Amino acid sequence: MREAFFDLAETLNRELHAGEALLCALAAERSHFVRFNRGLVRQPGSVDQRYLTLRLVRARRQASATLALAGHDEDLERSRAAIARLRDALAQLPEDPWLLVSETPQSTVSERHGALAPAEAVVEQVVARANGSDLVGLYAGGTIVRGFANSYGQHNWHEVDSFNLDWSLYLEADRAVKASYAGFDWEDAKFHAALESARSQLGHFTVPRRTLEPGEYRAYLAPRALEELLGLLCWGGFSARARATRQGPLLRMEHGAALAGSVTITEDTANGLAPQFQEDGFVRPPRVTLIEAGRLGDALVSPRSAQEYGLAVNGAHAGESPESLDMAGGRLPEAAVLTALDTGLYIGNLWYLNYSDRPAGRITGMTRFATFWVESGRIVAPITPMRFDDTIYRVLGENLMDLTRERELLLDPSTYEARSTRSARLPGALLNALRFTL
Amino acid sequence: MLAALRDRFRTLHSTAPFWSLRYIDEVREQLAVRNDTVEPPALVMDRGAMLTAVCDGGYGYCATSDVSEAGLQAALDRATAWAEATRSASVHRYEPSGMPTPRGRRIATGQAIPAARNALYDLLAAESRAARRDPRIVERYAALTLRTVEQVQLTNTGGEVHQQFGYVISHAHVTANEGVETQTRSFSHAQQGGIELIDASGFRGCGERLAEEAVQLLLAPNCPSGKLDLLLMPDQMMLQIHESIGHPLELDRILGDERNYAGTSFVTPDMFGAYRYGSRLLNVTFDPTLACELASYACDDEGTPAEKVWLIREGILERPLGGRLSQLRARLPGTANARASGWNRPPIDRMANLNVEPGATPLAEMIAGIERGVLMRTNVSWSIDDSRNKFQFGCEWGELIENGRITRVVKNPNYRGVSSTFWRSLAKVGNADTFEVHGTLYCGKGEPNQAIDVGHASPACLFSGVDVFGGHAP
Repeated sequence: MREAFFDLAETLNRELHAGEALLCALAAERSHFVRFNRGLVRQPGSVDQRYLTLRLVRARRQASATLALAGHDEDLERSRAAIARLRDALAQLPEDPWLLVSETPQSTVSERHGALAPAEAVVEQVVARANGSDLVGLYAGGTIVRGFANSYGQHNWHEVDSFNLDWSLYLEADRAVKASYAGFDWEDAKFHAALESARSQLGHFTVPRRTLEPGEYRAYLAPRALEELLGLLCWGGFSARARATRQGPLLRMEHGAALAGSVTITEDTANGLAPQFQEDGFVRPPRVTLIEAGRLGDALVSPRSAQEYGLAVNGAHAGESPESLDMAGGRLPEAAVLTALDTGLYIGNLWYLNYSDRPAGRITGMTRFATFWVESGRIVAPITPMRFDDTIYRVLGENLMDLTRERELLLDPSTYEARSTRSARLPGALLNALRFTL
Repeated sequence: MLAALRDRFRTLHSTAPFWSLRYIDEVREQLAVRNDTVEPPALVMDRGAMLTAVCDGGYGYCATSDVSEAGLQAALDRATAWAEATRSASVHRYEPSGMPTPRGRRIATGQAIPAARNALYDLLAAESRAARRDPRIVERYAALTLRTVEQVQLTNTGGEVHQQFGYVISHAHVTANEGVETQTRSFSHAQQGGIELIDASGFRGCGERLAEEAVQLLLAPNCPSGKLDLLLMPDQMMLQIHESIGHPLELDRILGDERNYAGTSFVTPDMFGAYRYGSRLLNVTFDPTLACELASYACDDEGTPAEKVWLIREGILERPLGGRLSQLRARLPGTANARASGWNRPPIDRMANLNVEPGATPLAEMIAGIERGVLMRTNVSWSIDDSRNKFQFGCEWGELIENGRITRVVKNPNYRGVSSTFWRSLAKVGNADTFEVHGTLYCGKGEPNQAIDVGHASPACLFSGVDVFGGHAP
């Protein structure tokens, strides 16, 4: 696929008219998706998709076209037709004052080939290991490709074989443990160990659930729960454009508000799974510090925002959200979490977070899956789902007691339109209080 | 393309007794002006096909963007291999002889979109410019999405469905800021049709109105807190219907398919036919017959002919939102709502068009009957638990109603409740004059994930004794 993409780009570059520049971006995957329910197969399938985005630039005007490639000769003709259509579009456009193109070639190659088991073998192992247990979830595995080439001579390639089995194990009704097994080399023994770990956690659901009254409780957010919280903040929280137009959820930090000094958050491209380059060919720096010791750091700057606001581009995509999030750990050993919590809520997962007052950094959401009431450092009972509504300045500010020393690498299982390459490396967070409302 | 697809499909072969093809060709174009600057136009030309095979006991699919004869055959081979490999491990025992042979046709209506884009850009620029009314306004955005979709379904048993869809979707938002306070007002119109939708939507002139309202919100007090009457206008009813009726009634959630991701439902199979979902004023339909609504179609993606069905009648729950396969699995009646977000995702139970039927009360009468309450419009925040029960929603715009009169604008209006009891507090349903057709392009669920368009039409509705609150500190 690599050779075909660069050949196609080269051919199109040769056919450009005087004064034109062309950016070609490829997003492709060959994926197997197997959906499970009740330990059996619900929907097995495969998807082979290749999307080429052509961005034509001329006389400070730009327009783009994305087309699904077939993988053979007709791709060239369809690409030529798309470029002809873009030429017509450019003729109707005014100059774009925020146009910024990377004209200095920075070519990169990143390939990671794994030992993925045949998807049918994975299915056999999952069904056999589940052995009648109520396992529900999705296996997504295969090769993900991102490519870039432009008429200035830049070539970038990112190819990775990976899988993500994202599943839940149910005891009954909505009593369940959420787990995942993700990586590059499928090993049945590792999946078995993860499944047995989930089975043992299910033991906590055998006692009656407790329903808590609304109010404030001490709480521990496991890394997966914290991921939901930070995931919401990624919606505008670190974007240069959102910051410039005063629409971000961290607006008050621009006016002096701070999080706890232990909070340091980085876009850590060097240690993430996302490509080293964005869709316009700008290469990402290894790290961008977004929050440092509780204070607002750099924003993620796309080429368009860089031009509009006079900032230096730092490889952000157009949406300006992190793709390789990293939060520094603290001093709390993971093994001491329950003891440190003493009495309160152990929250394994949060769900469906949103802003109840965005500029004030106020967030609401639900507990889900493994969430337990803890007394004197011991798990006592699962709880019925509770709604929290609190501000980020209380949760990661005045009420943040400590972060765990150990951190967890969480690979995003999202598959909207394509398999995600986002990841997050996060600790757990011990809170003195979290406000519940329903 | 239909004739070529027919020819290619005829040449395909499989050891599976049943196989089918679903082809989609979609063209989508985004035009936008932001702060008086034309954004780079983006054109998407997406096409591909999903081949599905069913053998005795098993099912499999393979999707490909290679729609040549060889590409389709390779995909069918892979789909067949999946069906064979999982026949003894499938959660549902498939019977090839029971698969449908659908027939259907739908032609897109609406006026053609002019080839030149200048007039459209002039309109977007005018709305962006008209919103430049106050130095506190920090962003002005106006956009149009032009979209056409052609879909073909073929089966090896002679089934053929050919459908066309056209959409012109308009959006605008204006944001105002002062210090740590930021407020946004937005406009969205999502329907099927042609270029005539722009004038019908009220898009012209929205820039100035949104700007005035955004600044008004900056100056407004926070929404009061307490148990208040709540008057939801149709553009917020859309969200209320979607989250706390639509999702709970999806049969695949009730069957447990979504428990790892989108969640389950507080609704259980035994509730159909008896459960009081809402007050006697609540009538909810699955209605693919309103031609302009986003998810109107002749057949769903399993080939089931679409027809209007009542889901809740006079407050009593009658049937779920479940396609042909889910109906077989659950042994319940359902709807024609097996839908896929594109050629590369398999059909699952989706909402399509889910509407609240109009009642009899004029809007003025509803307002006049409120002693203390809040009118809310335009959703801005949505959160609900995984069984679609405990919810909290927020709106852009609120108006305080006191002693039967609207007295002032309030900002950050939010409310929370529990789906299983909320609809029983439905006190009045607006008449046909208050009825509006809305929709969203971003309903997300499924594994692999799928974002799809759904339509929601509703009158204004009044709920009594709702937990309402405003912004800032919780």
